[in-house]
Amino acid sequence: MSVLTRRLRAEAAPLVLGTLPLLFVFSFFLYPLLRLFITSFHGGDLSGYERALTDSLYAGVLLDTVRLALVVTAICFVLAYPVAYLLSNASRLWAAIGFGCLLLPFWTSVLVRTYAWMILLGRNGIVNRTLLDLGFITEPLPLLYNETGVVIGMVHVLLPYMVFPIYAVMLRIDRDLPAAASGLGASPWRVFTRIYFPLTLPGAYAGAVLVFVVALGFFITPALLGGGRVMTIGLLIEQQVRQFLDWPFAAALSALLLAAALLIQSAFHRALRGDSAWR
Amino acid sequence: MGRQRRRDGRTLGQVGDREVAPAASGPAGAAGPRPAAEAPAPHLALAGIERRFGAVAALAGVDLAARPGEFLTLLGPSGSGKTTLLKVVAGFEPPDRGRIALAGRDITALAPAKRDIGMVFQHYALFPHMSAAANIGFPLAMRGQSRTAMREKVAAALALVGLSGYDDRLPRQLSGGQQQRVALARALVFGPALLLLDEPLGALDRKLRGQMQSEIKSLQRRLGITTLFVTHDQEEALALSDRIAVMNEGRIAQIGTPEDLYRRPATRFVAEFIGEANIFRGRAGVVSGDKVEVRLESGAAMRASLAPGDRTVHYGADLALVVRPERPRRLAPGETAENGVSGIVAEATYLGETIRYRVTLDGGSDFFLRWPADGATLAPGMRVTLGWGVVDMNAVLWG
Repeated sequence: MSVLTRRLRAEAAPLVLGTLPLLFVFSFFLYPLLRLFITSFHGGDLSGYERALTDSLYAGVLLDTVRLALVVTAICFVLAYPVAYLLSNASRLWAAIGFGCLLLPFWTSVLVRTYAWMILLGRNGIVNRTLLDLGFITEPLPLLYNETGVVIGMVHVLLPYMVFPIYAVMLRIDRDLPAAASGLGASPWRVFTRIYFPLTLPGAYAGAVLVFVVALGFFITPALLGGGRVMTIGLLIEQQVRQFLDWPFAAALSALLLAAALLIQSAFHRALRGDSAWR
Repeated sequence: MGRQRRRDGRTLGQVGDREVAPAASGPAGAAGPRPAAEAPAPHLALAGIERRFGAVAALAGVDLAARPGEFLTLLGPSGSGKTTLLKVVAGFEPPDRGRIALAGRDITALAPAKRDIGMVFQHYALFPHMSAAANIGFPLAMRGQSRTAMREKVAAALALVGLSGYDDRLPRQLSGGQQQRVALARALVFGPALLLLDEPLGALDRKLRGQMQSEIKSLQRRLGITTLFVTHDQEEALALSDRIAVMNEGRIAQIGTPEDLYRRPATRFVAEFIGEANIFRGRAGVVSGDKVEVRLESGAAMRASLAPGDRTVHYGADLALVVRPERPRRLAPGETAENGVSGIVAEATYLGETIRYRVTLDGGSDFFLRWPADGATLAPGMRVTLGWGVVDMNAVLWG
């Protein structure tokens, strides 16, 4: 009897512990997602999806968003790799300072940072003024309210997401490996291309997926730094809801965005698995 | 260019030639005439190597010479500088002072990639994203060898370490012993002038370690490759080495054959570090030739041998007297010996071939014996008198 209750208790414990989080996930994440899907099939037709995929205007926005996210991911990678490398090789003190510089903006509101970029990048912003005063340019560069501004702002926000996974992988690389490679006759460049870089790829993939997926759904930065001239799918959804009250179409766009994110994530995942069978 | 070609020629394809003439590895023979000397020209020569880390001298002036084809071991406790010395030779750690010459050329300032040295790391350092064959082929690829040449040499190297057919395995799909063999093959495949082994057996279990020991030894003999081996395991050092350099506090305490070190330790550190030793302390009395009479702290007198040519011991010197546990024999009543102690057997430990006894001497200190298990045996509680000769006991300076 007591054995039975004890066993029941033992089996029930994870269930009891798991109930609350499960309930939370279901009511605040899965249920709304389900509602979104139902809304997107409003009236039992697929017109929302049809419109999004066939109307060249909307399909173009979708493509533009993917392209923007790819550009941001690529720039983040190029910037983050050396940063992660320096951090993983820095002394304790310098690593702490580097992380401070990286995390401080990370903890600041995206809104604040985006407005800060507006001040920096405007026609009479600090960047243009400095370049003009130094005589590098004669006309202010168009940095704000176009794709350049959006890319700059997004890269700034998303950089830490790329740095951390790469840094984590770099830390785990056995320091004997580059030494062994150079001892076996590899030049520093080849140690990097043949040994070090391939070993850091899993981190790069992880960072790329993170940045890309987040960039796909970015809203505030394109809205403010794009100045209405850069349309992303996030902006499009907001527009459909607020201006046209077309909930089914907005829901269909959201579902497509989600599908695109999942698709690309799984593609990355497959590439990652293929490339790091050694892990 | 000429150097490149010559180096490429000396690869595993020539294992057979080496067997015939192990000592005549190319560059050593090409080193040119040397001043007349009884020993062959050293293949690896270290002179005055110093290396500091902050205030700590990891290497405090090391001179070392390895003969062609020699298996030389650096033995010492952790922190003695042996691994630092290996890194200096490999080129991963620049020496603050001193010169390194390999096969007649000064390599002190050369990058590791240009040193022509094969190294097996403590944890093998196999490239985890490359197959066994790709790992072994790596040094060949770095030397720009053709695919066909690489394929042949990699196959030969895999066969050499008994891993034919494992070409496509990734390191994580190999056992510890197999990883070790791949690492060894990778270090040998390009026919380096020197092989460095950094405690390569430490990660293996005991049985496998014994097996790898004899394989490494026979491989090294067959290839005739000069080898520098680092270990803190004295048994391993005794089993493998032609000569052992015992390191302590950044210096070489003594260098010699395993037998030299065991039978004629030059310092108290070496005596204690290699094998088991019973040590007495006393002051030198009469020094005569290579014998010395010593007055112990207890007041007893003993006689011991000095190392041949030892001029450091003089009257009144503070000495350590070393007697190995297998040297003393039991004295019958009335029988005398040049040196003797008596005490009560405290403990007997059966070790298979031998039995180890702990004897509490009359002065209260412990004395250890190790006798063949099939000979005369003692039982705990017995009172024994033990004796040994002058040749069985070595005197070295205490400090």
